[in-house]
Amino acid sequence: MAIANETLPRRLSWADYPDPAGHFGPYGGVFVAETLMEAIEELKHTWARLRADEAFWKEFDADLAHYVGRPSPLYHAERWSRELGGAKIHLKREDLNHTGAHKINNTIGQALLAKHMGKTRIIAETGAGQHGVASATVAARLGLECVVYMGEEDIQRQAPNVYRMKLLGAQVVPVTSGSRTLKDALNEAMRDWVTHVDDTFYIIGTVAGPHPYPQMVRDFQSIIGREARAQSLEQIGRLPDALIACVGGGSNAIGLFHPFLDDAEVRLIGVEAGGLGVDTGKHAAPLTAGRPGVLHGNRTYLMEDEEGEILATHSISAGLDYPGVGPEHAWLKDTGRAEYVAVNDDEALAAFHALTRTEGIIPALESSHALAYAAKLAVQLHPDQHLVVNLSGRGDKDINTIARLEGISL
Amino acid sequence: MSRIADCFKKQKARNRCALVPYITAGDPHPDYTVEFMHTLVEAGADLIELGVPFSDPMADGPVIQSAHERALCHRVGLHKTLEMVMEFRRNDQDTPIVLMGYLNPVERMGYASFAAAAREAGIDGVLTVDQPPEEGKELFHLLEEEALDPIFLLAPTTKPARLDRICAHARGYVYYVSLKGVTGADTLDIHDVAERMGLIREHCKLPVGVGFGIKDADTAAKMARVADAVIVGSALVKLIEKNVDEPQQIAPALRARLTAMRSAMDEARATESKMEGMIR
Repeated sequence: MAIANETLPRRLSWADYPDPAGHFGPYGGVFVAETLMEAIEELKHTWARLRADEAFWKEFDADLAHYVGRPSPLYHAERWSRELGGAKIHLKREDLNHTGAHKINNTIGQALLAKHMGKTRIIAETGAGQHGVASATVAARLGLECVVYMGEEDIQRQAPNVYRMKLLGAQVVPVTSGSRTLKDALNEAMRDWVTHVDDTFYIIGTVAGPHPYPQMVRDFQSIIGREARAQSLEQIGRLPDALIACVGGGSNAIGLFHPFLDDAEVRLIGVEAGGLGVDTGKHAAPLTAGRPGVLHGNRTYLMEDEEGEILATHSISAGLDYPGVGPEHAWLKDTGRAEYVAVNDDEALAAFHALTRTEGIIPALESSHALAYAAKLAVQLHPDQHLVVNLSGRGDKDINTIARLEGISL
Repeated sequence: MSRIADCFKKQKARNRCALVPYITAGDPHPDYTVEFMHTLVEAGADLIELGVPFSDPMADGPVIQSAHERALCHRVGLHKTLEMVMEFRRNDQDTPIVLMGYLNPVERMGYASFAAAAREAGIDGVLTVDQPPEEGKELFHLLEEEALDPIFLLAPTTKPARLDRICAHARGYVYYVSLKGVTGADTLDIHDVAERMGLIREHCKLPVGVGFGIKDADTAAKMARVADAVIVGSALVKLIEKNVDEPQQIAPALRARLTAMRSAMDEARATESKMEGMIR
């Protein structure tokens, strides 16, 4: 599949965004220090060339089919839907991908790019560790050196993933600055990149960061929505009534939403981490409760105080524990094309258990936020309506967190 | 003429290289910042870069990040930083002050309010680290309206075409980041810098300051031979960090370090012009 610019329709489509400088309306762009500009220019040019190159996408598609195991199924969660007693819920099973989450779609793509650029070293930031594992995985496969930055607090929360990264040959660097979570890992990775621009490729794990990252990661993750759209037409016989996905940085949500953007009849719902409750301030829901600002290379919605300092976030799920969000989501919110809601820690936990017990599927805590909102929405709808939920990752990595909450030591 | 332009004109007339110290506002405590600024001027600073604390200083190394964190502990942000400059101006109307920080606090205050407030506080230049010229036209225009100089970073990787683009917006001086890395890194190659300076001067008529990797009198003296200004940040912030528990020791330590740099730089320039005289 090639996304050549000349093949785009002439009327303004959602697919026309971002503009050549990476803007989604007022959001996105390139806000980095001059020390990084050249590296970003180099990436931008390589990406523009490969994005229009059939052979590159053929290579990508082959890797997704034979290494990742795509397409991932669209599964009708019949028993859970019946118990809820409302709309039919279908799960896009990204948890069945190699390494257990949607993150691998993006790292496969960016690693191919790194290879084309002749880079020998890969760096990545990670929160839940899924992107770190996915980066370490592709680095192992291509024989590249891999350094993963991870907040010290997240290292505690996600011990199994830390060990997986080490087994894969990656070096995991604990980040002890700031709030010791994902945003600080991102700062640290940017610093590494500035210092080693010549040989290093920075694999950003979400649809944030300076252009071209939001576009690039979206294009790699859009495989989710393209498959889900075709599978819906085949299995349901029409497009679903709504798509639901959790939003931290927002890569799994954009991946699902993007191929549906021009289908105006399909509701798009992004679910942010409400933490202990949006009104408590202890959450990670910038689209629900933040305002526009500039962080990590792009303009987007942020959680900040009245001085423009970035606030510490809270979520039960490390992967959603981020004070910003991809700029395309900011644009989709302002234009009204997508809706954004927040789900609290306890609601996500309840959904985690519900899906595990009724369907035999252990979802990631991140994805459990999307499931929790799907459960709320489903009961307001008719049984002949259909929801597609992105089950973005599996929950094995979270069992320590869950056990601890229940007072069990493993 | 702006205070910055005037400052560099005077330096040039005296064949001096400007000495530009950087400290973070509010580090280690807001009560000390104005005192430190006066100390720096007494010890030979020609211009001060004052850092605005930010929660996520991505382009800075661990030393300056810690300074930001110390200042943030005392809730020092952009508003308080501006107040400090206003207080400094009561006793010093001559030394140019450049605010150095990240864009988000400025976005939050609003570009127009910020430009007006900065002007009123007595700021002369503004360096927003994470705002390249492509994204900054609106802010730069408002700064110009308030007669504030937009200051820009140039990197070792900045290509000639980009030098032109940046220098079209730059005023006051440009800040050449002398190595690939973050502030406080220590892999400075003086020959590389001298070579790059030649290229930069072909594209930019403004004075060129060199920063990143300058830590003592020796490196400052070497840079003074090729640069119009030597910018020293992490080395000073380290002195603050070292004396965090005895803050009364900080001002003397800053004074000693800066005085040593000042005299080494002046000596380097003097030796050089003497040698030039001999060759002639």
